[in-house]
Amino acid sequence: MRIDCKHVWEHISAYIENDVDPQLRADIDRHLETCEICSAVLDSTRNVVILMADDRVFEVPAGFSERLHARIDRELKEPTDPKP
Amino acid sequence: MTATDPEFVADCIRRILAGEKHVFHELIRPCERSIYFLLFSILKSETEAEDVAQETVIKVYQNLDKFRGDSQFRTWVLSIARNEGLGRLRKITNRREDSLDAETDEQTGDYTPAILTSWREIPAEALEQKELGNLLRKAIEGLPEIYRNVVLLRDIEELDIRESAAVLKISEASVKVRLHRARALLQRELAPLLKAFTPAKRRWFGGRT
Repeated sequence: MRIDCKHVWEHISAYIENDVDPQLRADIDRHLETCEICSAVLDSTRNVVILMADDRVFEVPAGFSERLHARIDRELKEPTDPKP
Repeated sequence: MTATDPEFVADCIRRILAGEKHVFHELIRPCERSIYFLLFSILKSETEAEDVAQETVIKVYQNLDKFRGDSQFRTWVLSIARNEGLGRLRKITNRREDSLDAETDEQTGDYTPAILTSWREIPAEALEQKELGNLLRKAIEGLPEIYRNVVLLRDIEELDIRESAAVLKISEASVKVRLHRARALLQRELAPLLKAFTPAKRRWFGGRT
């Protein structure tokens, strides 16, 4: 089946997740072969997803872990009453 | 045995409840990054997120005997973090939770992608540049709350769809819809900006020509 660009965009996220059925995947692949716009949309979306997963982009504040474990240590030594 | 392995978790909990309290440090360590970012995505403040992260781990410690092992430990911990985060948010903004949920089912919105006729891979070196990270963080912080949470869990902390749905207490289908919209919004905002980080000539590995 021939599908249009809008149809492809609707399934971009699922396509990246490998969560489209084989028939739709084949239709999308065929569309991508000839559509430069959709190829660029797919690649740029995929790039955004890859970048987000990179630990260098999101870092916890300096000292976060140390302060957290110091707080845990205080709780282990002198337990506070559980809050509701 | 990895840190998210159910056996590792069960073993840690058994030892902690038997009195080896210090083991809790090792149990919570693999989750602490996800706790922080989930809370940051809810509260949008580093200090609030850190403060509630501390409250969350204490709550986890105090309720450890209630963990049943029928869900993943991380999912259970993040559910607690989410509750704590929403509780704090209500205190801060005086907004009720259903007013947050009211944002959930917005059917409208333009999810048309940014149209670029060519696209190249962002080189790994570019990630070392602070500017790129800032662009991404700003774009994600600018997303509506319901999309931000899904992106955070699925794309940043890489939980699977099922786990993300369990933490957010929504269906897997909703996770997929929100994820799709979030990514579409991010692509539209970021693609034109990210082009500046791509090399002028080199084609990236596996790139379409």
